[in-house]
Amino acid sequence: MDRTMADSSETVANPQSLTRIALIRLLEDRIALSCIGVLLLFFFLAVGAAYLTPYDPYHASPEESLLPPSWSHLMGTDLIGRDVFSRVLFGARISMLIGFISVGISATIGVTLGLIAGYYGRFVDTIIMRFIDTLMAFPGILLALTIIALLGPGILNVMIAVGIGGVPSYARLVRGSTLSIKEEVYIDAARSVGARDWRIMRDHILPNAFPPVLVLISMSYGWAFLSAASLSFLGLGAESPAVEWGAMLNDSRALLWVAPWTAIFPGIAIMCVVLSTNLLGDSLRDAIDPRLRQ
Amino acid sequence: MTSDEVLISVRNLKMHFPVHQGAIFQRSRGRIRAVDGISLDIRKGETLGLVGESGCGKSTLGRAILQMHRPTAGEVYFRDMNLTSMQRNRLRRMRRHMQMIFQDPYASLNPRMTVGDIVAEPLIVHNISGGRKRREQVQTLFELVGLNPVFVNRYPHEFSGGQRQRVCVARALALNPDFIVCDEAVAALDVSIQAQIINLLMELQAKLNLTYLFIAHDLSVVRHISDRVAVMYLGKIVELASRQDLYANPRHPYTRILLSSIPVPNPQYEKKRRRELLAGDPPSPASPPKGCNLSTRCPLATAECYKHEPEFREMGRGHWAACFRA
Repeated sequence: MDRTMADSSETVANPQSLTRIALIRLLEDRIALSCIGVLLLFFFLAVGAAYLTPYDPYHASPEESLLPPSWSHLMGTDLIGRDVFSRVLFGARISMLIGFISVGISATIGVTLGLIAGYYGRFVDTIIMRFIDTLMAFPGILLALTIIALLGPGILNVMIAVGIGGVPSYARLVRGSTLSIKEEVYIDAARSVGARDWRIMRDHILPNAFPPVLVLISMSYGWAFLSAASLSFLGLGAESPAVEWGAMLNDSRALLWVAPWTAIFPGIAIMCVVLSTNLLGDSLRDAIDPRLRQ
Repeated sequence: MTSDEVLISVRNLKMHFPVHQGAIFQRSRGRIRAVDGISLDIRKGETLGLVGESGCGKSTLGRAILQMHRPTAGEVYFRDMNLTSMQRNRLRRMRRHMQMIFQDPYASLNPRMTVGDIVAEPLIVHNISGGRKRREQVQTLFELVGLNPVFVNRYPHEFSGGQRQRVCVARALALNPDFIVCDEAVAALDVSIQAQIINLLMELQAKLNLTYLFIAHDLSVVRHISDRVAVMYLGKIVELASRQDLYANPRHPYTRILLSSIPVPNPQYEKKRRRELLAGDPPSPASPPKGCNLSTRCPLATAECYKHEPEFREMGRGHWAACFRA
């Protein structure tokens, strides 16, 4: 037999997985890099908040009420004299955590439902997708309000409410990809080898359906984060004295003309995180676009 | 290596696909008769070539034999076990004895798995081996199909078409099967690579005593590899004979026309040669003709052909055909 090693002599330095190719392309993108930079910065500020600021975010000193930004208080102080800078840093913890956890809830439930609906089809699909349609019929924030009304206010319930509100987009996205992927020949091949349904879903469909999910995670992080902030703004989320950016905005609503710094800085922080995750999502989508694949 | 022992036995196999219409209130609008009453035996160690034009149901037959589609009617026996009535789980375990190689090596490998993982999957699924033993087995398989084992951590898109098809062959061989359906296994490859893969398949057959159902539309390829050849038209087998017999002495008009369409690599001869041609397109498998399937296009058709369906009968030793005029 002509053992055609010649046929296989082209050598590449490292195995080029599609993930690796996408990652390299992402890291060549300046916008993506700056977004990652901003998010990392906020992450480290949140983690190191206690070391980066000399003030206790909960400590009220009425004699220092509503001081404008200065060298001793970088972002000024609020109505009861708490340092806004330290509150923004500590607020990053809860605000970003809420975003992460609610996106995590949406993605886990949504991807699972979408995968099952798309793979099994027929009445399983009909039942799941009609349920999803019902969820989608409610405007996001109204749905979250309803769930909060059922569960009661609180940070954990905000995460659950926002998480459930995000489920439909994941389910629909993954169902769509699953429908097209399950017609691929390699799915037939796996079946002909004798693989069980769950293995086909886990090893063959999920990895191929996942890249667009990654984009959606990044895109919907901003939405989840904003929704959580909105709920806090409405007074249904983080309860004082917990520090959360949306709640800070709510607290400074009445002071907008007297002491704008109490609202502007948490607002800027929200904007930075949302903008970064959205732009990162755009770059991710470009990086994994199969049309650009060499 | 061909013996008389029958490995696969197909009895009156039918694979019909219903055609639906309407989005909410689905009504059945007849059925596509992709495979319509086929009986044949595949002997242990032989290669049965299966030829026919596109859409005649070759691939469907291959898949129905492996129960990738559950047939509408009829039986398939593997040795003496009836696959058609077998429960899902038992059938899943039976899959280690029968494997499939697909047409398009670009589509039949998961782009997000390394080729090593792809070849190892059958071993994992059937709990054959684990850890180091499995890695060694994968390496042996790579060597068996002429791939360098250092490439186990590579991804499919880093390979050429021929190499990918070798990966597919390695995956099919992983479970040490008796029977392999090669569904147009070389059709997507360059001619020079086709030869390599075909030689590989033939070598492996001799080495491992494999039985092939070799589905193709390329008659010269089938002639090269097959022991016996079956010709399919519109969901039915019209002729089945040993390779020599079929190519030298075709009985069925469809086979004759098919064979005359093979180009001869000699321009002078090709110019003089009289070629038989088939008029028109094949009828829709949703509404096949009343009599013989070929009657609408057959140059020899008589009144009888339009009324009755010819029986698939033995015309010479092991030479079967379904035609009144053969």
